[in-house]
Amino acid sequence: MSEPLDFEGWSCPLPLRDHPTVVMGHGGGGRLSSDLIRHLFAPAFGSVPTTDSAVLDPAAFGLTGGRLALTTDSYVVRPRFFPGGNVGDLAVNGTVNDLATSGAIPLALSAAFVLEEGMPLDELAAVAATMRAAADVAEVSIVTGDTKVVDAGHGDGFYVTTAGIGVVPAGVDLGPHKVTDGCSIIVSGDIGRHGIAVMSVREGLTFGADIESDTAAVTPLAQALLAAGIDVRMYRDPTRGGLAATVTEIASAANIGVQLDDRAIPVSDPVRAACGFLGLDPLYVANEGRLVAFVATSDVDQALEIWRSLDLGAGATVVGHTVPEHPGVVTARTPIGGTRVVDLPLTEPLPRIC
Amino acid sequence: MKYLDEFNDPELAAALLDDIRKTATKPWALMEVCGGQTHTIVRNGIDQLLPEQVEMIHGPGCPVCVTPLEMIDRALAIAAMPDVIFCTFGDMVRVPGSNVDLLRIKAGGGDVRIVYSPLDAVKAAIDNPDKQVVFFGIGFETTAPANAMTVLQADRLGVPNFSLLVSHVRVPPAIEAIMSSPLSRVQGFLAAGHVCTVMGMGEYVPLVEKYSVPIVVTGFEPLDVLEGIRRVVAQLERGVAQLDNAYPRAVSFEGNAVAQKVLADVFEVTDRMWRGIGMIPQSGWRLQDKWAKFDAEKRFDVSAITATESPDCHSGEVLQGLLKPNQCPAFGTLCSPAHPLGAPMVSSEGACAAYYQFRRLDAPSPVGA
Amino acid sequence: MCLGVPGKVEEIWEADGTTMARVDFGGVRKDVCLAYVPDLQVGDYTIVHVGFALTKVDEASAEETLSLLRDIGALEAELGVTFQK
Repeated sequence: MSEPLDFEGWSCPLPLRDHPTVVMGHGGGGRLSSDLIRHLFAPAFGSVPTTDSAVLDPAAFGLTGGRLALTTDSYVVRPRFFPGGNVGDLAVNGTVNDLATSGAIPLALSAAFVLEEGMPLDELAAVAATMRAAADVAEVSIVTGDTKVVDAGHGDGFYVTTAGIGVVPAGVDLGPHKVTDGCSIIVSGDIGRHGIAVMSVREGLTFGADIESDTAAVTPLAQALLAAGIDVRMYRDPTRGGLAATVTEIASAANIGVQLDDRAIPVSDPVRAACGFLGLDPLYVANEGRLVAFVATSDVDQALEIWRSLDLGAGATVVGHTVPEHPGVVTARTPIGGTRVVDLPLTEPLPRIC
Repeated sequence: MKYLDEFNDPELAAALLDDIRKTATKPWALMEVCGGQTHTIVRNGIDQLLPEQVEMIHGPGCPVCVTPLEMIDRALAIAAMPDVIFCTFGDMVRVPGSNVDLLRIKAGGGDVRIVYSPLDAVKAAIDNPDKQVVFFGIGFETTAPANAMTVLQADRLGVPNFSLLVSHVRVPPAIEAIMSSPLSRVQGFLAAGHVCTVMGMGEYVPLVEKYSVPIVVTGFEPLDVLEGIRRVVAQLERGVAQLDNAYPRAVSFEGNAVAQKVLADVFEVTDRMWRGIGMIPQSGWRLQDKWAKFDAEKRFDVSAITATESPDCHSGEVLQGLLKPNQCPAFGTLCSPAHPLGAPMVSSEGACAAYYQFRRLDAPSPVGA
Repeated sequence: MCLGVPGKVEEIWEADGTTMARVDFGGVRKDVCLAYVPDLQVGDYTIVHVGFALTKVDEASAEETLSLLRDIGALEAELGVTFQK
C-alpha cells in the first residue's frame, strides 16, 4: 500500500485528519468533492481534471484512419487487495486488455467511482496510485472521472467503472468471423494465477501460496504479432471463466470445432496444487494478464517465437487447434488418452468436497 | 506432487487398460460408489477407454445428490432468516430445493458463506456473537469426523450461537439397498477410498458374503480407479467375490479409530431419506440427544417443512444405476445445469452433470448396453 | 465426498486445545487439524479432507502399489500390446 495521506492543505471543515474516511460530502460536487479530486485523484492520476468529460485528438497520438474501439467494465472484486495487486490494477488492465484484444491501440480511460461512506481514504488513495502506475505501464492516461458517495451499508466499500477508448488501425480486422478450420490456439503463459490469488485471501478459504495475480496489460503481445504480419484471426483475454470460457465462446461464435490437449495446458505447480485441494479445474480459473490468440497454423511457430521473446509471453505455448468436426463444441484430449467435452462454465468455480 | 503425479502416469494407465481389455471376456457392470471417482472417470474419459464389455454405472456416492429435498428446503429456510450466517461447502450452493437454491438466497440478502472447512464456521460464530451461525453438515463418513469436531469445539470453547444442520449418509446401507433391488444390474463395486480411510473395511465383509459381490476399496487418481476396475473384473472373470484393498496407502482394515470414537460420541444412526431413492433404513447419522443444543433442526423451527420432488426428475433411477443420465427424457431439455430438476445435474459429481459436461457428443446408449 | 489430497506436514502446534499443522500441498500451504491423526510428525505425508488430516500416507504401501502397477506395465510392454491412444 502507499504512504499515508497527507491532509495538509485539505479544506474540509470536518476533522478529516481524525476520521480519514469517505463522507457523503465527497460526492456532493462542493468543496469536499473538489478536495477529493485535487488532493487524492489528481495527484494519483497526474492531471487535474475539473470536469467529468475529456476531448481527445487521435492525431495527437500519431493515429490517423482506422476505427474507434470503445469498451467499459465495472470492477467489484472482493477482496480489494490480493497477492500481486488490487482492484485498481484490474480496473486499468482489464479495460486496456479489452481494447487490445480487438487489435486497438488503447488511448485513454475514464474512471467513475461509487464509494461507500466510511471507506478509508488511505485505501482509496492506494487504489488510485495503483491505477496510475498501471496506466503508465500500459501507456494510457486516465483523463476523466466521476465520484459518487452512497450511504454506509449501501455499497461494498468501493466500485469503479472504467471506460476505455482506442483506435484499431486500418487493415486490422479480428473476430470470430475470421476463425476457421486450420487455426492453432496459443496462450501467452500459464493459467489460473489470478483466480487462485484472489481465492487465497478470501474469507473462509484463506491459504498460503506462492501465487500472485498475473494482472498485466497485454497490449505489447497483441501488437507484436500484428506488427510482424502474423495471420492472427482473433484475440481474447481469458478472464472470468478462464481459458474454458474463452475457447467455448469463440467456438460457438465461429461455429467451429476445437480440440484442446490437456497435456499442453500450462499450469504452474502451485496453481495446480491449489486447484487440487480446492477441487477446481484450472481451465475455468480467471486470468488477468494472459492473451489467447487464434492464429493460422502456418504461422504458429513464428508467433510463439515472437511471444516468447517478450517478458509477458515467456511461457507461451500451443494448447489446441480448430477442427471441422463437432462445430461449436470444444473437446480436450485427456492425459491418459481419453476425450472430454469442455463446456461453458455456469458460475465462477466453487471449491468442492466431493 | 508426491503421491499424486505417480498415480497419473499415462503409460501405466495404458498398460492397465490393456490388461483390463485382455482380462474381460464377458460383459460386466461395475459401480463406483463415490462421486469423486465418477469425476475422475469422466474427467479422464476412462469409460470410453474401457473395453465395451466393462460398463461403469455411476453410483449414489454424491452426498449433494442424495441430500433429501426437505433437508435442502430446511437449509434454505434457515439461510433466509435474519441475523443468521449460513455456512456451507461450495458443492451445496446451487443444489435446487423445491423452489430456490442457496445462491438465490444469498442474492436476496441472506448471509450465505462458502467455507473450506467446518471449523471456519465455528470461527465465524466466535467472530459474530450477535448472529446465529449454522453449518450445513452434509457428507458421507469421510466428512462426518470434521463435522463432528465443530460440535466438540463449540462446546469446549463455549460458542452458544453455533449450530449444525446434520444430513449425513452412510455407504454400506446404500450398497445394501442397491444390491437388494431385484432390478439391480451391478455385479461389482469400487468402494469409496476415503470413506474407508475413516471407517475401515469391516462393514463391507457381510455385504460381500450376502450378495457374493466383489468389493474393491479404490482411490481417486486415474491409476487408482483403473486398478480398482482391473481387480473387480479379474475377480468376476475368476468367479470369486472378495473384499480387496487397492488403496493401501490410505486405507487400513481397521480405519481411523480416533475418528470412529468421536463419531460414536457425537452421532447416532438414523433412518434417512435419500433424494430420488427413498427411505433407506439406518443409512444416516444424526446428532445424539446430548448434543441437542447444537442441533440446528431443533434450534430453528423448520421441522414442518416437507417437500415434493419434480415428477420429471428421474434422479432416483439414475442414482441406482437403472438409467443413464442421457436416457432420461428430461436430460438436456427440461433439465440442464442451467435449470436443474434434481441435484445430480447440479453437483459437479452428479452423474447427470458429469454426463452433460462431457457427453454432448454422444447419442444415448440403449438401456442395458 | 472424498476430495482428499496428500500433503506434507511442515509444522505442528497446539491451538485452543487442538493439534494443528501447516501442511504443504506442493507450493500451497494450509492449516490443518490433526485431531484425528495425533501421531503425525513433521515430514510425514497425510491425506487432508476439508481441513482435517484423515490418515498418514503409508509410504511403503504407496511404493508397493506403484511397484505392482509398474509390473503390469512391464508385462504389457513385453507382450507388445500397446493400447491405441
